[in-house]
Amino acid sequence: MQTSFTTEQLADPNVAESEKILRRCVHCGFCTATCPTYVTLGNELDSPRGRIYLIKEMLENGRPADAETVTHIDRCLSCLSCVTTCPSGVDYMHLVDHARAHIENTYRRPLADRLIRSLLAAILPYPARFRAALQLARLGRPLAPVFARVPALAPIAAMLSLAPVRRARTAAVTDPQPVSTPRRGRVAILSGCAQSVLDPGINAATRRLLTRFDVEIVAPRGEGCCGALVHHLGREDEALAFARRNVDAWIGEIEGGGLDAIIITASGCGTTVKDYGHMLRLDPLYADKAARVSALARDITEYLSTLDLPVLESRRLSVAYHSACSLQHGQRITALPKLLLKAAGFTVRDPAEGHLCCGSAGTYNILQPEISAQLKARKVKNIDATKADVVAAGNIGCMTQIATGTAIPVVHTVELLDWAYGGPKPAKLATSGRKDRARPVAAARV
Amino acid sequence: MAEAIQFLVPRDNVLARRLSIISDLADLLPPECLVHEARGLAPFETDAFIAYRRVPLAVALPRTTVQVAAVLKYCHRYDIPVVPRGAGTSLSGGAIPQEDAVVLCLSKMTRIIEIDYANRTATVQAGVTNLSISDAVGTDGFFYAPDPSSQLACTIGGNIGMNSGGAHCLKYGVTTNNLLGVKLVLIDGTVVELGGKHLDAAGYDLLGLVCGSEGQLGVVTEATVRLIAKPEGARPVLFGFDTCDEAGACVADIIAAGIIPVAIEFMDKPAIEICEAFAKAGYPLDVAALLIVEVEGSEAEMDAMLASIVEIAGRHGVRKVRECQSATEAALIWKGRKSAFGATGRIADYICMDGTVPLGKLSYVLGRTAQIVEGFGLRVANVFHAGDGNMHPLILFNANDPVEAAKAEAAGNEILKLCVEAGGCLTGEHGVGIEKRDLMRYQYSDIDLAQQMDVRGAFDEKWLLNPSKVFPLDGRIRAAC
Ligand SMILES: Cc1cc2nc3c(=O)[nH]c(=O)nc-3n(C[C@H](O)[C@H](O)[C@H](O)COP(=O)(O)OP(=O)(O)OC[C@H]3O[C@@H](n4cnc5c(N)ncnc54)[C@H](O)[C@@H]3O)c2cc1C
Ligand code: SF4
Ligand code: SF4
Repeated sequence: MQTSFTTEQLADPNVAESEKILRRCVHCGFCTATCPTYVTLGNELDSPRGRIYLIKEMLENGRPADAETVTHIDRCLSCLSCVTTCPSGVDYMHLVDHARAHIENTYRRPLADRLIRSLLAAILPYPARFRAALQLARLGRPLAPVFARVPALAPIAAMLSLAPVRRARTAAVTDPQPVSTPRRGRVAILSGCAQSVLDPGINAATRRLLTRFDVEIVAPRGEGCCGALVHHLGREDEALAFARRNVDAWIGEIEGGGLDAIIITASGCGTTVKDYGHMLRLDPLYADKAARVSALARDITEYLSTLDLPVLESRRLSVAYHSACSLQHGQRITALPKLLLKAAGFTVRDPAEGHLCCGSAGTYNILQPEISAQLKARKVKNIDATKADVVAAGNIGCMTQIATGTAIPVVHTVELLDWAYGGPKPAKLATSGRKDRARPVAAARV
Repeated sequence: MAEAIQFLVPRDNVLARRLSIISDLADLLPPECLVHEARGLAPFETDAFIAYRRVPLAVALPRTTVQVAAVLKYCHRYDIPVVPRGAGTSLSGGAIPQEDAVVLCLSKMTRIIEIDYANRTATVQAGVTNLSISDAVGTDGFFYAPDPSSQLACTIGGNIGMNSGGAHCLKYGVTTNNLLGVKLVLIDGTVVELGGKHLDAAGYDLLGLVCGSEGQLGVVTEATVRLIAKPEGARPVLFGFDTCDEAGACVADIIAAGIIPVAIEFMDKPAIEICEAFAKAGYPLDVAALLIVEVEGSEAEMDAMLASIVEIAGRHGVRKVRECQSATEAALIWKGRKSAFGATGRIADYICMDGTVPLGKLSYVLGRTAQIVEGFGLRVANVFHAGDGNMHPLILFNANDPVEAAKAEAAGNEILKLCVEAGGCLTGEHGVGIEKRDLMRYQYSDIDLAQQMDVRGAFDEKWLLNPSKVFPLDGRIRAAC
């Protein structure tokens, strides 16, 4: 569509990029239909096309963000369903990233909002702090309904109710066992932040599985949160600092022992690491390195698919596969996880409306508890309708969100695969009280 | 060069009362159902005909028929124009507001009210999208037939407003042939029901009148539509030709032979390239024109019909015939076709024309269209419902270049005139809106127009509903504006 930016405005590379993105949008409206917030709220302003328009007006006028625009951009889940749908290839992801950074730089949020956001940014990316906060949250849980009654404090209530009741066992990060047979690959696994606290079992399963298939795992020093959490809050400088730190860590390893892949088991993080090349494109010192890192980033299911895991006998366990938005829309990985599960003997079921977000979306369930709750209810209804024995997903955020709504146990795809190929049964299945109808399968070696 | 299309001059007395109107509307609607902040209004200023934009006074997003009636009654009483809106995907500017208008957008009314397999009907709120009706009944073996390419997003209310069609309408008819009843709110707030679950109603066909009335006779809040049982099988087949002429002549011959496939869609080379870039459907890139012909029925029926079509295509020098091998491939072929307009955004801005011509003139009109557009120094892509003779030249241009934009509009006008001269008409399915409004005189005599305006006036004496559209602004003899 038509845009009107001055030459001076276009001299800013971020504005120039956004202008290019806006020019591609033909206002056809297709994206509205698959946008979770439009489907829920029925207002153009809460649709991708409406948001694109709001952003266009904001950027063209070069003005500080206003409350109305912020409200509707804040409601965006960054689920990227619109990007999958858009026939014209509008890169909404980078447009909304730019808008969020612009909002962060030019808009003063109400006090409560500022506090919550600062709190999230100061805690979530740091495992030790997050662990301590969860401990507190567990104590504070009974207060959730009190907070819920004050609109400005609703996010705190949401935060408290999301904290898991039980503390996750901290899986000892054992040094990978030496691989005796010739190794099939050498990879780093992003240890990440929130996931390592909420469910350390996921990366433990990943390590077991990869080691079993003769993949060497290294843990480069200095690697940490990928920066997605602060990135989606519009805190660009912090996000870039996290990105640079990880790039340094991985480049060291790439240039040292060499890496075949950087494996990510939380797809929300995966989308961000794959975007490092873009995020750091304007930084002459990092642009190339970041691009190399992004080129090596793989979701765990992408990497496993290259290993040709053996096909196992069918086990009578049905899995509702929840396609995380960051996997299906962000990274366009749709079939691979299901193919892996099927090959491992599971019966896979697709919940209806699979393209719609579960409402987790990073910190969204804390910052937008009402919309998030509606999306969760819709997602859980569709998942429950599959009557599956277990739900598998590739993203910790979705797992936490869905698990608070359904009685069906929710595990990471890789936990099921590890189990099928000889690892332990996922703890959640063992304690779920469900009849275990799966037959043990002998550990398969290739 | 084309003159920019005019809107009615906003009524000063309405603009002056803006704040009090908003405060009154706030009494009629819950807060989340009213948009009135300047920033929030801008995204409603246009539809898919983005060359034209007018920021409305306010946007009402009612949840119920009662709220729709309350807003209409209020606007009627105080002489405030109202522009009904569904998903805002109109390509003729049908849903573009005006500065003194309240937009009445039905996007929150998305409930499927009843599915009645015994009568093969679905009753839905007007904001339900076209595709979600088919989705709701698909697993039970039914579908809603008219399938505009925008079916993912466009609403049934908008489909009724424009009497929309689609690829599969060649066999099943357009919206009006599949609509059984509506709940309609008149401008004074009266709620009426027209039609029902049966195929025809006693008395005048008022339903037929409402279908295609572009939001000027009333606001549809509920619709009852016909459901069709899915065929045993369906198969899209690709036919590639070396020239557009051959493809066009082939279409005319298929229809002349009395063969009615479910769909015959046409794409020229630029369109094929655009669609392939998005859908990766495997369209042949080395042909000048492609027909997507879909046949349906039992295997034997499909084979028989295909054999006759292949034979006819052979006479027109068809170079490639490709049957698709799987349901996935068929879905991709349709996905590509249905995304054609949107996907055009990858290479340029566009305006989409919508003239209909007699099939015998297809090749001629295609040729002339190319000449006209090239005459303006622009490019054209053609992708359209060929079986119906419903052409959609997409004129490609650069929206940031005002000279090109004006040229594109001028070329569009010439193409539409060409369609009329060729014995066809201005619009096949996208409606008149503002885009073709001033060309209506080219198609109709003043007497014809006066008659149509009489009908309009009978429903909406003060001409408050979507007033800038359909009828040329001058010579509105019976209009109160
Ligand atoms: C990419 C693309 C492809 C398209 N392909 C096709 C196609 O193949 N076939 C086709 O026919 N059209 C097509 N269209 C045009 C458009 O989608 C149709 O005209 C559609 O019916 C509009 O529906 P909507 O809900 O978006 O209505 P809107 O655009 O919001 O409104 C359309 C008109 O209907 C009126 N209206 C809307 N809702 C109501 C209501 N509840 N009661 C009364 N009046 C109402 C409006 O005032 C306006 O005049 C396409 C559009 C796009 C962008
Ligand atoms: S689908 Fe793409 S081109 Fe169409 S309105 Fe949405 S972003 Fe714009
Ligand atoms: S990212 Fe998701 S929530 Fe945001 S506009 Fe796109 S579809 Fe809607």
